[in-house]
Amino acid sequence: MKVAVLKGGRSLERQVSLRSGAQIEDALQRLGHETVVIDVGPELVKQVRAARPDVAFIALHGRDGEDGAVQELLGAIGVPYTGSGPSACIRCADKVLAKHLMRDAGIPTPEFHSFNETAFRELGAAAALKDIEASLGFPLVVKPAGQGSALGIKFARSSEEVPSALLAAFSYDRKVLLERYIQGRDLAVSVLDSEMSSTAAQPTAQPLALPVVEAVPREEDFYDFEARYQIGRTAFVCPAELPLLLAARAQQLALEVYALLGCRGFARVDLMLEDGSGELWVLETNAIPGFTETSLLPQAADAAGIGFDELVSRILLSAPAR
Amino acid sequence: MDDGGRRARPAAHELARYESLFAARTHGMRSSAMREMMALTERPEVISLAGGLPDTSTFPPELYAQLMAHVAADSTARALQYGPTGGMAVVMEGIVEVMAAEGTMVDLEDIIVTTGGQQVIDLVCKTLIDPGDVIVAEAPTYPGAVPTFGAYEADVVQIEMDDEGMPIDALEAALDELQAQGRRPKFIYTIPNFQNPGGVTMSLERRRQLVELARERELLVLEDNPYGLLRYEGEALPTLYSLDASSAGRGGASDLVIYLGTFSKILSPGVRLGWAVAPRPVLEKLNLGKQGADLCSSSVTQLFVAAYLREQDWMGYIHTLRDLYRRRRDTMLDALEEHFGEHSRWTKPQGGLFIWATLPEYIDTTDLLARALESEDVAFVPGRAAYMDGRGASSMRLNFAGIREEDIREGIRRIGKVVGEQVGLFGTLTESPPPPASPPSATSSASGAPPASPPAAVPPAEHPSKPKPLADVVELPQRRRARGR
Repeated sequence: MKVAVLKGGRSLERQVSLRSGAQIEDALQRLGHETVVIDVGPELVKQVRAARPDVAFIALHGRDGEDGAVQELLGAIGVPYTGSGPSACIRCADKVLAKHLMRDAGIPTPEFHSFNETAFRELGAAAALKDIEASLGFPLVVKPAGQGSALGIKFARSSEEVPSALLAAFSYDRKVLLERYIQGRDLAVSVLDSEMSSTAAQPTAQPLALPVVEAVPREEDFYDFEARYQIGRTAFVCPAELPLLLAARAQQLALEVYALLGCRGFARVDLMLEDGSGELWVLETNAIPGFTETSLLPQAADAAGIGFDELVSRILLSAPAR
Repeated sequence: MDDGGRRARPAAHELARYESLFAARTHGMRSSAMREMMALTERPEVISLAGGLPDTSTFPPELYAQLMAHVAADSTARALQYGPTGGMAVVMEGIVEVMAAEGTMVDLEDIIVTTGGQQVIDLVCKTLIDPGDVIVAEAPTYPGAVPTFGAYEADVVQIEMDDEGMPIDALEAALDELQAQGRRPKFIYTIPNFQNPGGVTMSLERRRQLVELARERELLVLEDNPYGLLRYEGEALPTLYSLDASSAGRGGASDLVIYLGTFSKILSPGVRLGWAVAPRPVLEKLNLGKQGADLCSSSVTQLFVAAYLREQDWMGYIHTLRDLYRRRRDTMLDALEEHFGEHSRWTKPQGGLFIWATLPEYIDTTDLLARALESEDVAFVPGRAAYMDGRGASSMRLNFAGIREEDIREGIRRIGKVVGEQVGLFGTLTESPPPPASPPSATSSASGAPPASPPAAVPPAEHPSKPKPLADVVELPQRRRARGR
């Protein structure tokens, strides 16, 4: 099969995407596929057309790749691609939208409030901050709505720290959210579609929740961008040491979220296990999680006995089924 | 890993195996969000004021061709061969001349030729620093030294600069506090001329005091001087090396200053040639360290540089660079005045490559860079890169030397636009009008320093007679005259 690996792009996660793309390319070649690597830019459509791939493997993170834009384009020019379609990408990329959907569906997600710049500039949203702080408590988390990695995530420990935390988050997106901080353990559940039956005329995909991964930060206060992509900065435990029922509950939640957001192929759902209460909270879903050597999806697949090449192969085969 | 294939991918569970192989010091080697973002500055549409680059396009191509042809004709076999670890004598002779141009007399025997000035920093750490050893540096300090210090697991104490460089009383206080803990720094790292990134120059008095203090306390000083010859105005000041050597009457050699020089800024960073002048016992260790690192620096480029220094008007080329960079500096200062004025302060360097600008403390320049790249296609170095301890968050380093004037103007305009937006937004977030920029006066010394509190060892410099803080306005008589015309 001829596969176009789309990587790079101009999002802030470009470097991570290049590493993901390189890993995927290697795997595809080991699997005997012909690969064309495309560093996504203004020539994308022309390059994909010229390459005439059977399928595009999207290894982009952040803007364009994860927000549905590239999927929309590939759909328009009739090139099958891996992973979720535009609508699911949009729902995942916008944390605020995803959290609203989860809240409405009764899936536990930390209490939050979201505003865009206009709300502050034109609606005097700042006057509401005191109430929000009172309801969320301190520390509270401030996040850009649309950033896939931990870039721009700030923790405000007091009222005084809120404006500059908001300002920082607004550096990455025109919309931000303030969220209750959950003190606890950082968990991730990756979900992978697997075919129910290869003999059926119309094979149906059945999502499979992979073993839970726990990320244990070593040096930093919080699980940050730097730690997330570097060997040695964060310890990953997979499968996470959790009571069986709790692990099953985390996996169940991940599958519910995966279905709710309409994901396909694969995705990674990030959760917190709250200290004390033992409650699970869903933070966000990544439509295209990393494929780097320290990424959680390959680790989780590995723990489930699915090697990297097989993982890539399964994701690839799930693509033309759409 | 078992199949040994080049493309073999480590399975996830094998990562732990790699991790157990990494040396403990690699934990100090940090990748960072900032570095991830810096990769984006390579996009062609981005105006990057982030580089540390001189402008090599000013070097005449025909001269380069002529010199290389000369090297080929005269010494092909030598150029293609290993050379002595300490460097070729022909290039050392040139180094002696270059240093003499700054009034520093050195002996050929005291020089080691290195692969860029960066190698000197690495070799000095390699030979002097055990994990946990103390290095005293300026705050902010050269961002390129930060990972080197980190890799050798040094404990770096940074002394906040004002507009005369490192305050010696603050340095003394820091040394006293270290002494009370039974610790003694292995060396003091300073860039006395047009400091990178601060843009400030250490005053003559401070230089004398520093040398005096180092002698009293028997401390080594690493004097990093890449830009000394790139002075655009004002009088040249003596190097720490020469101050120590002459006052001690040691026949021209200092026994406490390790001098770092480089051809990167006065000729080319591409030749990767620098040098150190060091006390003999240190020099011998540096030499041993270099053997292990790369045996010798490139013979090709040493012969090229030697021929250039011997046959060409290299001082003339430095004059060309000075004229060019002076204009670019002035362009950047004017642009800053126009687009940054209200919210920010910046240094006005008398030479070198960089201006250090400090924004209101509520702006984090790492985040600002994300927005600047995303919405305005412009880049700078966030101030945190120049600190080991997370300070510097509201500052940025701006390179003017390697950028065309129209790009300087446009780049500063774009950054100014983003800063203006953030200032306005902050006003709405706090339900208050944007706070005015700190006035450039001695009374604002507390806010003149980068925002986080200085290390406990450093007393606040609040004496009214003291020099103004680093980011405050430094007088520029020449430019005033020019404007008055």
